[in-house]
Order: sequence, then structure tokens, then C-alpha cells
Amino acid sequence: MLNERYLPVIATLLVFILLYGYGMVEYKGFRDTLVFTNLLTDNAFLIVTAVGMSFVIISGGIDLSVGSMIAFVGVLLAYLITGLGIHPVYAAIIALCTATFFGMIMGVIIAYFEIQPFIVTLAGLFLFRGLAYMINLNSVPIDHELLVTLSEIYVPLPGRGGLTFIAMAMLALLAIGVVVAKRTRFGLNVYAVGGDVQSAALMGVPVKSTLVRIYALSGLYSGAAGVIFAIYTGSAYPLAAVGVELDAIAAVVIGGTLLTGGVGFVFGAFLGALIQGIIQTLIIFDGSLNSWWTKVAIGALLLMFILMQKAIVHFTRRYSGKNPEPPEQPALEKVEST
Amino acid sequence: MRFKSIMRLEARTLAPIVSLFLLIVGTALVVPGFLKLSIVDGHIYGSLIDILHRSTPTALIALGMAVVIGTKGIDLSVGAIIAICGAVTAVLTTSTELHPLIVLGCALLAGMACGLWNGTLVAVFGIQPIVATLILMVAGRGIAQMITGGQIVTFHSDFIDAIGNGFFMGLPARVVLAAVIVAITILVLRKTALGMFLEAVGGNSEASRLVGIDSKLLIIMVYVFSGFCAALAGVIIAADIRGADANNAGLWLELDAILAVVIAGASLSGGRIYLGLTIVGALIIQTLTTAILTSGLPAQYNLIVKASIILLVLLLQSKVTQNFIKARVQSFRRASDA
Repeated sequence: MLNERYLPVIATLLVFILLYGYGMVEYKGFRDTLVFTNLLTDNAFLIVTAVGMSFVIISGGIDLSVGSMIAFVGVLLAYLITGLGIHPVYAAIIALCTATFFGMIMGVIIAYFEIQPFIVTLAGLFLFRGLAYMINLNSVPIDHELLVTLSEIYVPLPGRGGLTFIAMAMLALLAIGVVVAKRTRFGLNVYAVGGDVQSAALMGVPVKSTLVRIYALSGLYSGAAGVIFAIYTGSAYPLAAVGVELDAIAAVVIGGTLLTGGVGFVFGAFLGALIQGIIQTLIIFDGSLNSWWTKVAIGALLLMFILMQKAIVHFTRRYSGKNPEPPEQPALEKVEST
Repeated sequence: MRFKSIMRLEARTLAPIVSLFLLIVGTALVVPGFLKLSIVDGHIYGSLIDILHRSTPTALIALGMAVVIGTKGIDLSVGAIIAICGAVTAVLTTSTELHPLIVLGCALLAGMACGLWNGTLVAVFGIQPIVATLILMVAGRGIAQMITGGQIVTFHSDFIDAIGNGFFMGLPARVVLAAVIVAITILVLRKTALGMFLEAVGGNSEASRLVGIDSKLLIIMVYVFSGFCAALAGVIIAADIRGADANNAGLWLELDAILAVVIAGASLSGGRIYLGLTIVGALIIQTLTTAILTSGLPAQYNLIVKASIILLVLLLQSKVTQNFIKARVQSFRRASDA
């Protein structure tokens, strides 16, 4: 039986297919697999960020610090590799650990001091951007033969397209995110906390430690997005990725996750980010439209999906005959049924 | 008992004022001539006046934000509204022969229309404020770019210029204008029942509905007011640079405004509106920035200092810390009694 929880994701998939189909009909170049694989490569860092953001939003929170984290990790990487001469692999590990640590600190403040995630991660947004400025004020290249080797990895697909290293890394991180959300105790705890904190605590979910782990995970994923962004651009700039937090939140919402928490799919964030990418690609293919249409189109899509979610919640409540808090009911069912 | 509660209330309200005072004294000790005021051509000049001058846009937005947060809402779109209203002002001034007052009126109306949009989404459709205003935050800068045609439109208008950089009775005109608006807002909220209604809606919207408060209308009004404040700030910022920059005008100003409200001691969960203290909060933020710049510290410390202060204020405000301190004080008293 079709569950109403899947409706937003199906709608997202439909929008994606419609947009892609429109591009294929309208532009000959769009039919090549190259467009799709470029979509994966160009939006890899956004998708990875959005996967981490999904966990946060499913738990009913929000993480505004991800954009600054991407810039901070990039600048830190550049400093470690070119400044201190550390091997890129170790540098990436150090950067990822730092990002996870900072995420964990924010989680501790949110969970144990009971301060709203919105304002704590807002402080994080300022702090990481400031730390990035402290390390370096300029845009610097990251030179290392390993980066060159990585950029040469290319798995050709039929047509002219092929998977780059960062596209594959993104797909791997996405797969891990999907498995963690659906097949681990931690993932179920995230849904339970987002559905109803009190019920979750009564059922024995360790709410505080789950929250800490959620923000640590978001830190890790935005750190990974920072590494991917550094490989993608081959440089580090403290003003990079300004506003990515909004794109990531928009991707998660378009992907069918309720911002009230408890309901959502990590895979939806992937689709949401791809839809943003495809709008951008369509505008580039069109050539006559200006880039600001991207923002307006994403805003309109965001509105459409939020209103659709509202409508779904409204009608399920009306026809199920019960009258509970809308997001609570599905979330609890999910915990019991899986 | 009664005496105690009054004392605590005063300590709470005094904290931002004392911090501002300490900050000014501290800066004056480090930077000689910080407190000096001189009169040139009948206008007062000096660092303190400069702080007032520069903090006007933040203070105006924070005023609107304080009221919005008081109703348990948040307005993320103010930065975008600033960009839209700046664009309206610039384009109307350059491409039409309208009287500057009408241009100003149009810009303010545009801001209020944006607020009406936000308020409708929040009050009528029941979308959470973060999400509802996120839509305009994402799309707003796109709309502003559409208005300006993607370019930075420069304009010249004596009237608009006078608002941004003119003087009134020796003081910068924009400071006087903002002070008048703050005074009117305080009068309207505190001398009529409106302020109490708003705090009631923020404290418990269902209960306030049951006692007969039209919370929907109030919430719409609050967002319109926030849009109005942002519009005025937008005109001032546009007048400041004599142009409209759709991408950068008012960027991250919403975060500064939220910070000012938090410094004032208002909780993001609503129910309290501190207008005067919010203005003090905006002044603290600007004084900090000016202090960092004039004391010779590198400008990149600004963000880190800001982030540390938010975290400090949040941790001090948190219930967990306050309970901890209360327990400590009590055990200390018990020990001294024994």
C-alpha cells in the first residue's frame, strides 16, 4: 500500500524526471550522459552537505554552520598541505576530525545546555568563517600530485559521460548516509527524537547522546563536503560556499523531509540537490535567461513543496480519524515497524 | 521574596547596558580620543556618533526582529528585503521622474508587501516561521537582481541622500529617524495593550486565541512591521553607497539583528519583547566592530569575537547554567549559615 509518507519523495522524483525530460526534448546536448554525470560532479559537495543536513532536520533541528565549515575545512587543508607540507591524506583526516569535533561541540551545547540549534549553529557560522579568515585571507591554490592523480580518475559510462572521483566519493557518502538512517539503531533514534522528544526519551532513546552524534555527523559530512569542494576547485578561499547552508536546507525540504522533524528520507536530499543543479543547467542551456532565475525558481519550488507537505499532513489527519500532532504519528509508526 | 524577584529582573535588564558601558570605557582606555566629540560646521563628529550612525540599519532591523521573535517567530528574509527595497529605490530614482517621497513610499510599500507575504505564510498557512521566511530569503535576492537587471544601479537623489548621510539638529538624520521610529514603537507597544497581546501570542498562541486575541491578524501585522523596518534600513543602506547592490546589500544583517535580540535577553521561544535593550544590543555589536577596527586588531577577529560573545551569552542565559549557579549559591549560603 502506498504510504502518504512517500508522497513528497515521489513528487520530487516526478519533478526531477519532468525537468530532465524537458531538457532532453528541448536540447539535443541534454540527451548525453555527460549532462547527468556533470550534474553529479558539480553538485557533489552540495549533496554531501545535504545528506548531513537531512539527519539534523529529521531530528527536528537545523545546522546553519555547514557553509562556513566547508570554507574552513578548505582553508585548513590548504594550510596543512602547502603550509606545513603534510601529505593530503593525513591532512584530510585531520581536517575531518576537526570538523567532527566542532560539530560535536555544537551538539553538546544544544543537547546539554538546551539551547535552540538555530542560534548555536548561527554562532558556529560566525566562528568557522572567522577561523577561516584567521588562517588565510586570500584564495590559495592547493598543489599536490595526489590531487592531480585524483582528478584524472574517470570511470567512463556509455555516451560521453563518466564518473569522476568526487562523484564516486559523493555516491559512497550518500549510500552510507542512507544505510545509517535506515538500518542502524542510531538512525532509528534520529527519527524517534525528531518525531517526539518526550516519547523517545520514555521509550529509552538516549536523546542527548543522539543529538550530540547528529551534529557531529553533520560536522563530518560538511567537512567531507569541504574536502570535496577543495578537490573540485583545487583551491581554498575563506569566502567560499557562502549561503550553501540555505541551498542544503532547500535541498532537504524539496527532497520531502518535514522541517518539523521525524519524517524524511536521506535519498530525498540527493534528489533535492539534483533538482537545484538541473534548474541551473537548464538556465545555462537556455542561454537567454539570467542566473537570478535560479534563485527565484528554487524559491518557488521550495514554496510548492512546503505547501504540498502541509496539504498532505492536513488530509492524512482529517481522513485517518485521529487527531494527533501531525508529524508525530508517522514517526512513531516508523520506529515500531522497522 | 518580592524584593528578590525585582532584583533579579533588574540584574537581567542591567546586563546589556553595563556591558555596553564597560565596552565603551574599555575601548576608550585602549584607543585615545575614542570619547572625543567635536563640532564641525554645526554637526557633531566623533567615534561615538559614528557608532550610532553605523548601527542604524542593524538597530532598525533588530527592532522589527524583536517584535517578530516576541511572537515566537523569526524573520530570515530581512536581508533579502533590504536588497529588494534598495533595488526599488535605485531603479525608481534613475528611470522615473517620481518625487523622492513617492520613491521612498514605494520602497517602504515593497518591504511591507514582502512582510505581508511572510505573515500570510506563517499565520494563514501555518508554516513554521523559519521555513516561511527562508523562501523569501532564497528567492528575494533573485527578485532584487531581476529589478536591477543584474547590475549595481547607482543613483543620485538629494532627498534620499539626506536620509542616508544628512544631518538633523547636529545629529545624523538617519539616527534621528531611527530614534523616532523606536520611540513610536515603544509607545505603541507599551502604552496600549498591543505589546501585551503580542507577548501573549508568543507565550501561548492557543491560550491567547481562547481569550479572544486575533492572533492571525497580529502575526501578519508583526511581519509587515518587520518588512517596514527592513525596507527603511534598505533605503538607508542604498543611500549610504548611493547605489543598490542586489547581492551584497544587507548580507548577513539578519544574523546581526537576531544576535542583538538575543543579547537583549529575549528567548527565541517567544513571549518577551525588549525593545530598548534590543537597541542596546545592536549598539554593542557595532561598538565591538568599531573597537576591533580602531584598536588595531586585524579585522578578521571580528567574526570570532562575535561568535564567542553569542556563545557566552547563550551559555549564561541557559536554564542549565542558571540552575547550576542557583544550586551553588544555595549550598554556599547553607555552608555559611552552619
